[in-house]
Amino acid sequence: MSVTLKVNGKSHTVDVDASTPLLYILRNDLGLQGPRFGCGLGQCGACTVIMNGVATRSCIVPASAAKGEITTLEGLARNGELHPLQRAWIDEQVPQCGFCQNGQIMTAKALLDRNPKPNDAQIREGMKGVLCRCMTYYRIQAAIKRAVKTIAAKGGAA
Amino acid sequence: MTPVAGIPKHVEATLSRRNLLKSAGMLVVSFAGFDPGEANGQAPAGPYPEVDFHQLDSWIVIHEDSSATFYVGKTDCGQGTGTSFRQLMADELDVAYEKTTCIMGSTDITVDQGGSGGSTAMERDSWPMRRVAAEARRVLLEMGSQRLGAPVDQLAVSAGVITVKGAPSKNVTYGQLIGGRKFNVTLTGSNINATNGRALVKPVQELKNTGLSPQRYDIPAKVDGSLKWAVDMRLPGMVHARNVKPPFAGAKLVSVDESSVRKMPGFVKIVTKGNYVAVVCEREEQAINTAKALKLNWEKPATAPFPSSEDLFRYMREVKPTSSSRSVVVGDPESAFTNAPKLIEADYDVPFQGHTAISPAHALADPSNGQMTIYSNDMKSYGMRRGVADFLGMPREQVRVVWMEGPQGFGRTAADDAGCEAAYLAKEIGRPVRVQWMRDEETAWDTKAPAFAVKLKGALDAAGNLLALDYDARSADYNHVGYNEPDTVLIAQLMGIRPAKPASGSASMPSEMYAIPHRRMATHVVSLPLVWETPLRTGNLRDPNGPQSTFASESFIDELAAAANADPFEFRMKLLTASSAEDGGFRRARSIAALKAVADAYGWDRRSSPKPRGTGDTLTGRGIAYAFRGQTVVAEIAEVEVNVRTGRVWVKRLVAAHDCGLVVNPESLRHTVECAMLHSLSRALHEEVQFDGEKVTSVDWNSHPTLTHADVPGEVRVVLVNGDPNPNRPDLPPYGAGEAACKPMLAAIGNAIYDATGVRLRRIPFRANRVLAALKTSQA
Ligand code: FES
Ligand code: FES
Repeated sequence: MSVTLKVNGKSHTVDVDASTPLLYILRNDLGLQGPRFGCGLGQCGACTVIMNGVATRSCIVPASAAKGEITTLEGLARNGELHPLQRAWIDEQVPQCGFCQNGQIMTAKALLDRNPKPNDAQIREGMKGVLCRCMTYYRIQAAIKRAVKTIAAKGGAA
Repeated sequence: MTPVAGIPKHVEATLSRRNLLKSAGMLVVSFAGFDPGEANGQAPAGPYPEVDFHQLDSWIVIHEDSSATFYVGKTDCGQGTGTSFRQLMADELDVAYEKTTCIMGSTDITVDQGGSGGSTAMERDSWPMRRVAAEARRVLLEMGSQRLGAPVDQLAVSAGVITVKGAPSKNVTYGQLIGGRKFNVTLTGSNINATNGRALVKPVQELKNTGLSPQRYDIPAKVDGSLKWAVDMRLPGMVHARNVKPPFAGAKLVSVDESSVRKMPGFVKIVTKGNYVAVVCEREEQAINTAKALKLNWEKPATAPFPSSEDLFRYMREVKPTSSSRSVVVGDPESAFTNAPKLIEADYDVPFQGHTAISPAHALADPSNGQMTIYSNDMKSYGMRRGVADFLGMPREQVRVVWMEGPQGFGRTAADDAGCEAAYLAKEIGRPVRVQWMRDEETAWDTKAPAFAVKLKGALDAAGNLLALDYDARSADYNHVGYNEPDTVLIAQLMGIRPAKPASGSASMPSEMYAIPHRRMATHVVSLPLVWETPLRTGNLRDPNGPQSTFASESFIDELAAAANADPFEFRMKLLTASSAEDGGFRRARSIAALKAVADAYGWDRRSSPKPRGTGDTLTGRGIAYAFRGQTVVAEIAEVEVNVRTGRVWVKRLVAAHDCGLVVNPESLRHTVECAMLHSLSRALHEEVQFDGEKVTSVDWNSHPTLTHADVPGEVRVVLVNGDPNPNRPDLPPYGAGEAACKPMLAAIGNAIYDATGVRLRRIPFRANRVLAALKTSQA
């Protein structure tokens, strides 16, 4: 079937089977490399994109259900300027291998969009299902807290 | 050479340098051995001979703007080693850190330092890098001396500019002297680790970037989505493959029903040989669907391949070992035990634990022009080149591995297996083939750290001094697979290929420096019934045996301290100060320094364990443990909260004191240590490979849990220590980091749980249900 997707502000039409997971369309048809395959089961978060404002695991979204605005890691920067979360990730030197960080950043973005001032417990809860096997969790949480401050200082706009 | 679409820019720039003088806007040299016929007057058997480490030009290229590119034979699995190499080499070469870049691990353009492994990046491999950079500086100073008409000892050099002392207007830059041209300097050394020039490396005090913490250069592209990873490689005409693994360990493939999938969309081919099965399709999701739909007929083995995970430790204790080490004996342990007023005995168990990388294994192989290129994140890219060449029966000179970033590489991962699979399939199909394992495949079939069953016995005298200790460990490590071995990679095993003899495997002994008057230590390796084609195959996972043996030994020291009614920190200090013998690496002095530093940083109050049991649902306690890995020593303290109603353990604080000699980049070292501690925390609380009598049953993140954000300690602190007893000596050399910090954590947590609850847990992992059961038993 022919599917039209709006990804990072641009429209794309691809011809794929309706059951094709969104992840493979983003990676293999659109050439994006932010969302990644980690489990294909909705359990790890590596494939996270933001679909209509919601952090969504693209490995379990079939093409037929991929609707509306999709943002990937590549689409977070604005006018060449990194999103405050990405900046904070660099300032806190978060990644080890970095493979999971797409899911961490995208999930944190959706979290802060919903709740710009999460407390520690809300960060833990909101990020709980995004796994990192290099165990960079401690710095991820520090980076989220740092980004919260930058965003607040900018008047709340990320 | 026409650039291949989809190759990352930095790799492309360097790949194309073989035939072009100019690439990425710079003039470059060509390496010795690259041009057929140049090396030894003999034509190499293919276009990808090894890079000659005896040529300075193989390691360092200086560009016209005086910037430098370093070509090193290492891979950075996310610990920031590349940044540290740049710091050290920039220091020796005297160029600004910002004007350097580092290219790693692609076998036809970088020298073979073996890739990564064993936390040896700084300890071993940074030395030849420093020496070649120092040699380049020496050569440049000689050239500068000629150009400026002043003797070398009248010259000063800073940030790539050579000036005549006292006459700064007389100067010349590195770029002006050699930019874009060859050094043509031959180095000495019988092997790559011994590579040397005529120059001496600088004393530590003169290293300017070393000891600073420039940010890791690899991080920005990892957070903005621009980095192309091995998993992102695509080539024109490529196809996608998925393996179909045997559903039972030791199963034999009886028949394949091709008609079950032949009409599926995108179907290209089923490849089988022996018990190896893969499907190949045009698109990735088609390969996944086809692999699921393929009907195969398997025959179960006649005898059970292994006991169930519930029965594993009984099995390991009863079975006859395949090998036993010679016992290490100090004093007369036997009579000490016979006469001791107080005897303590305990058994400790650690299950198989896997790598379970965040990304299942993958590789892309390109068979174009009769050669073989593999794009892989394997940390030992050089070994993969040899392994693939030998497996396929191709001359090594026709095979290259282009190393690209990937998920964590903590040893012998399934990346080794995927590389051979991709290459085999690419050769079969004649098109580029991308192989990716699925989650269940990775979790079930990646290599495992061996399970350990350890028996301990200790004797105390009437005053509570430790008189004698007996350590007897069994490790289920028979047929431990090596790296990229053409006869042990999984595809070879499934095809029925076997080496003459399985590897004997190993177990390890405690690595502390306690002075105990009477001691015996012995290790044994045991085998499971099925040795080949089994998902329970062992391979290196960080320090392969260290966390397991340290869990047993450092937990047991705690048991002895408790029996002696002594503070666990002081009990250890007493054992360390009982001897004053000087030792290599000042291990005793550095043990004491690390333990003191961690106790100070934590604010350890002296008392014995367990503490008087609190009331309420949450009990808190603290535990300490320490270990060496090589010459690196680390002491750790964990503070835990145990919920007595749920059994959940939360680690509130983690503090480490870490001494690995010379520190190159303190920030990235701290981060590596933090993550290593949390990795072992995950192993302590969650990780266990579970299996029934025929297959692994822990196959995804539900059945094989890992640490999550919810578990993260409130504080993780790393104190860097220089425990050298002589403060006037220049720094010790750099030792390894990463693996050491994994070792003491399991015991520190177990000791803290004991302190909080009075219940000693002797089996990993401390999952809530087990903790709860142990608490209940203790109260009954
Ligand atoms: S890959 Fe989608 S959740 Fe793991
Ligand atoms: S940084 Fe490696 S998995 Fe998270």
